[in-house]
Amino acid sequence: MPAPLDTDPKFSHYAHPERLVTTQWLAEHADDPRVVIAESDEDVLLYETGHIPGAVKIDWHADLNDPVTRDYVDAGAFARLMSAKGITPDTTIVFYGDNFNWWAAYALWVCSLFDHADVRLLDGGRQRWIAEGRPMTTEVSTPTPTDYPIVPRDDRSIRAFKDDVLAHIGHGPLIDVRSPGEYSGELTHMADYPQEGALRGGHIPTAKSVPWRRAANDDGTFRPIDELRAIYVDEQGIQASDNVIAYCRIGERSSHTWFVLTHLLGFPNVRNYDGSWVEWGNAVRVPIERPGHPAAAVGSAG
Amino acid sequence: MLPAALEEIVEDFRLSPKEMRLQMLLDYSRSVPALPERYVDAHETLERVAECQTPFFVAVELADDRVHLFFDAPPEAPTTRGYAGILSAGLDGASVSEVLATSPDFALSMGLGELVSPLRLRGMSAILARIKRQVVARTEASHGA
Repeated sequence: MPAPLDTDPKFSHYAHPERLVTTQWLAEHADDPRVVIAESDEDVLLYETGHIPGAVKIDWHADLNDPVTRDYVDAGAFARLMSAKGITPDTTIVFYGDNFNWWAAYALWVCSLFDHADVRLLDGGRQRWIAEGRPMTTEVSTPTPTDYPIVPRDDRSIRAFKDDVLAHIGHGPLIDVRSPGEYSGELTHMADYPQEGALRGGHIPTAKSVPWRRAANDDGTFRPIDELRAIYVDEQGIQASDNVIAYCRIGERSSHTWFVLTHLLGFPNVRNYDGSWVEWGNAVRVPIERPGHPAAAVGSAG
Repeated sequence: MLPAALEEIVEDFRLSPKEMRLQMLLDYSRSVPALPERYVDAHETLERVAECQTPFFVAVELADDRVHLFFDAPPEAPTTRGYAGILSAGLDGASVSEVLATSPDFALSMGLGELVSPLRLRGMSAILARIKRQVVARTEASHGA
């Protein structure tokens, strides 16, 4: 049986209020044996400097990415990870992290590839927990390993590959969630980040620029439902019936937007293109759009 | 070529098991010397390392051919702070020629790439590159004077 839902009134307006918890709910359920709290950060050492008491660490790079192939871990490695973190298929996993929950949303999305049923995000993430003066510890949790079954990864429903994106151009909304400078091609990475990630700058033809940050308040929480609808539905014209693909640079910021579209707005067909710009901006002969340089038709160069 | 102190740190990392390496980096993040008052009051004289993913600043001083390093790295970014700790322990007090001869990719042999991801490791090379540039600029300035 999963842990009880957070009945916070803000969440009740979202399509799937069961995907979020408040800091208050988490404080009350930290010791609930049905709950495992998992911290996923940009900085690989941040958990060690202090985390929510009882939380385990799941690192996007060391735990979720395959060490050799550019891909996620396979079903066996995922099952071993879940087991090591004390998670069973019935466990309610509450993810939180730094940087507006990018990596927490990414980890939640990866768990969804393996169909883990009850995954939730802490609204406001690490930032809000700390801002509220809630307890932190450096004591590393030592969960009892479980017997997590091997569940095949579903790469079709919520994940898009390069060829899927190529075929999608002109057939449904594409959302580029990167910063405006990356979208226009001036930068191939966020301002102040290393620029060597991609050989070409710009965006995928037809993609609309909707930076992920627009869905978040300054305190790291998600914006209320009517503000999200104003952005994605009224302004961008995205319909619940649309097939949507979101991308960024390596798929972490677009996991944030994937969460918003899927769980807060309730759009059923949203995929995250995790290859994102680091793949697209390096791939040979894929079409690219830049201001003043409309994309040529696919294949016309041949 | 690496200055002896840095060579020793690199060897320590290289020979330690994976879990230990992360702990060592954390320890280095805690050992960064506090920024002296004169830099706190004149923060604009520090150089920002834009390649690091969080605000990170470095300043170099020369005294009798010895290089001295000063860092300002936020506690919310312990990995980058750990780089500052390593560079401080490994390079502070080395000679100008030793610092300039330090291999730009020395961090690759520390076994950190698999832990922090190769992209993140580039922050270390970027900091070292800025340090070398400042060392060259300061050397030229002192010769010109």
